[in-house]
Amino acid sequence: MSSPCELGGRVTMALMLPAMVLAVSATPRLRTTRSPQHVLRVCADPNNLPFSNRAGSGYENRIASLIAHDLGDSVEYAWWPQRRAWVRNTITANKCDVAISVPAGFGQLLTTRPYYRSTYVFVSRADRHYELTSLDDPRLRTLRIGLHFIGTDYDNPPPAHALGDRGIVRNVVSFSIYGNYSDPNPPAELIEAVAKGTVDVAVVWGPLAGYFAKRSHVPLAITPVVPSTDARTGTVFAFPIAVGVRKDRAGLRDSVQRVLDRDDGAIQRIVQEFGIPVVGRY
Amino acid sequence: MRRSIVGGFVVASALGACMGTHDAGLSASKVERAAGGVANEPRATIAAGTVTSPSGEWHMQGNNSALTRYSDLTEINTSTAKNLKLAWMFSTGALRGHEGAPLVVNNTMYLVGPYPNIAYAIDLTKPATVKWMYRSNTDPWSVGVACCDVVIRGWTYDSGKLFYNLLDDRTVALDANTGKLVWETKLADVNEGITMTMAPFVAKGKVYVGNSGGEMGARGWLTALDENSGKIVWRAYSTGADSDVKIGPRFHPFYPKDRGKDLGLTSWPPDGWKHGAGTVWGWISYDPALNLIYYGTSNPGPWNQDQRPGDNKWTSTIFARDAESGDAVWAYQVTPHDLWDYDGVNENILVDLPIQGRTRKALVHFDRNAFAYTMDRETGEVLVAQPFANLNWSTGVDLKTGVPAVVPSKRTHQGATVQNICPPDIGGKDQQPAAFSPRTGLFYVPTNNECMDYTGVEVSYIAGTPYWGAAMQRHAGPGGNRGAFIAWDATTGKAVWSVPDKFIVYSGALATAGDVVFYGTVDGWFKALDARTGQELWKFHCGSGVIGAPMSYKGPDGKQYVAILTGVGGAAGVDSHVDGYPAEGGMLYVFSL
Repeated sequence: MSSPCELGGRVTMALMLPAMVLAVSATPRLRTTRSPQHVLRVCADPNNLPFSNRAGSGYENRIASLIAHDLGDSVEYAWWPQRRAWVRNTITANKCDVAISVPAGFGQLLTTRPYYRSTYVFVSRADRHYELTSLDDPRLRTLRIGLHFIGTDYDNPPPAHALGDRGIVRNVVSFSIYGNYSDPNPPAELIEAVAKGTVDVAVVWGPLAGYFAKRSHVPLAITPVVPSTDARTGTVFAFPIAVGVRKDRAGLRDSVQRVLDRDDGAIQRIVQEFGIPVVGRY
Repeated sequence: MRRSIVGGFVVASALGACMGTHDAGLSASKVERAAGGVANEPRATIAAGTVTSPSGEWHMQGNNSALTRYSDLTEINTSTAKNLKLAWMFSTGALRGHEGAPLVVNNTMYLVGPYPNIAYAIDLTKPATVKWMYRSNTDPWSVGVACCDVVIRGWTYDSGKLFYNLLDDRTVALDANTGKLVWETKLADVNEGITMTMAPFVAKGKVYVGNSGGEMGARGWLTALDENSGKIVWRAYSTGADSDVKIGPRFHPFYPKDRGKDLGLTSWPPDGWKHGAGTVWGWISYDPALNLIYYGTSNPGPWNQDQRPGDNKWTSTIFARDAESGDAVWAYQVTPHDLWDYDGVNENILVDLPIQGRTRKALVHFDRNAFAYTMDRETGEVLVAQPFANLNWSTGVDLKTGVPAVVPSKRTHQGATVQNICPPDIGGKDQQPAAFSPRTGLFYVPTNNECMDYTGVEVSYIAGTPYWGAAMQRHAGPGGNRGAFIAWDATTGKAVWSVPDKFIVYSGALATAGDVVFYGTVDGWFKALDARTGQELWKFHCGSGVIGAPMSYKGPDGKQYVAILTGVGGAAGVDSHVDGYPAEGGMLYVFSL
């Protein structure tokens, strides 16, 4: 079903094309979708680096600007902390058009092809020389392990499932993925706990680990959890990440896909700059 | 205005016969015994010593400290109810779910809605005239930070003040005459994922409040505030060391499974209790003679069961505490090591009940796990535990040990798919409060009849982080009706009658001395039934769905009124995909003859 917004976009584009080309002073390209207001509305968390923040310091902010620039739009943000019901409160509620990083194929949205694939990683102080790679490493039965947790629902990050299945429970320390929202970048608390030695090792989503390890006053070592699918439980640790739009916005998704394809070089530089550990093909 | 039926309304008699192997439901037309029909037959009565609102008024959510939601007014009765007519209406101006009941004190109605928690005092001596209005400055940011739930379950009145909780973790006291703020107390930081949604309860000069936020990994507590100053007097956590839980020399649980030192620590992995949930978002009752308060705690968190071996005390637990000191007197963990999201927060209704030849001081609790527990409220002994709604997770509760026998095939496990778990996460009944009539000796219970298929393989993401979530597909239980309104005999542990409904029945219940019971449906019907037979006497179609709790009062004109706050939302949203689910919109409806 084509939404009124998409139709409006096409009509506007036909009328506005010359002005738009001037405005962005770029090579004219065929664009199929553009919002009537020339605005790309981005759903983002205002306090969650390395993903996004209100100051525009996250990689999602950078990629959003890049996409909008290419489309000839300006960026407007719908700020909402990434909690349960985030999609329902933002994109589905039509407060914004795109979520810059969601798992490719994420069921609640229409997604582009992935632009990076990262993995859960082990993070430890470099001076400990653990070089952990496998969840079957016997040292994990005694090391103090920090993990993020989600809440009382059945949800859990993959390392929690895989370690729990191995009976590795009593030496696990839980950190809320939400943390204290009055602190900057609440999920970073887990990485700080590694640096401080509160926990020996954390098993954490790669982009968080890579970004905060780069900024840590204590040198930290990062190693991916391998294999990327747990042979024992079937738990997957690596996720391809894509841009998501509302399910009725196939036109917008296709436009964003073309930008991702055209500007892949610039996007990969941003991913690299933020220290995101990238694994395998996507 | 009455309007035509929206969606496919389910006729009661077509669906009532089958509620699964446990036979909890019967059709409305089938009455097992004439409840209360024999004059000399002993029956349950409201707990002796119960503190009740003055006749014709309604001062607290349950109308009395026993939480019976029983009105002694009789003008609206089984003969006259058919003549009920709309008297007046009032818009709350709010969307989202409207839970709780309005209060009536001294010819003034007091009404509070969901976020942004605007409160109204309405002068009943003039046609729907607003006497005052109070706009709490609830932080709008808290709606996002706190995630999903913006309901509140009403408020309470005592000694010239009204008390309620704001989503951003403040308890406020208002002057009932002027609507001016008397005190407000900050109890927690919403930035840590804690919110407050329950209705405070007042006894012994203390305001008891509890927290919500298990979805965010909060640690549960009940806190007592000084009624006059708002100062925190004590706080009892649901997890952690005995000193945190206020377990001391007076603590004598009935069952060995609930005895031992520091079980709130030792029944968890080393740090698990810190984020163990056991939040206190339901109802509080009070026995002045025993000087005990009663309440339940939520399910455990945050890990799946693999990550929290042990009973996970004191989650999914009923506590009896000294009203003054907060010291725990007994506790009964209803669902040890919960695997299904069976919170234990549902109300504990206090009655004195003839059973096995003697009268016991009892507490009746309809748990999310779909067992109805009749317990001795002095000791915590379970006297009766029978299914009041369809369930298949357990084969029964052993009354000698207090332990429910779990059906192995219904255990959830990450990565595994478990088909047809009954009840689902929202339970055989959620927080929607039941009523009790001393005239019939029966409990009137809004119930859910759904089951879930659990699959632990769905990719989701939060805070930028992808993870494996579990998908819960809920479907109607046996019979095809998603809910039922039942009459329950707590002595025998049997349903006396049952009226099925298309949706979960998520409103509260009201019982009256006119032998009429009232409740509402998610698709907007407000109904009056004969308390003894379940026969429908009257119904009215509201503009939105009913998840509030009905109450009754006597107006300045001497007439009996019945009021219901409507506006769909809350957990009724689990049925929002079902044909006939109405639009949002908060409206109070008031009816009289």
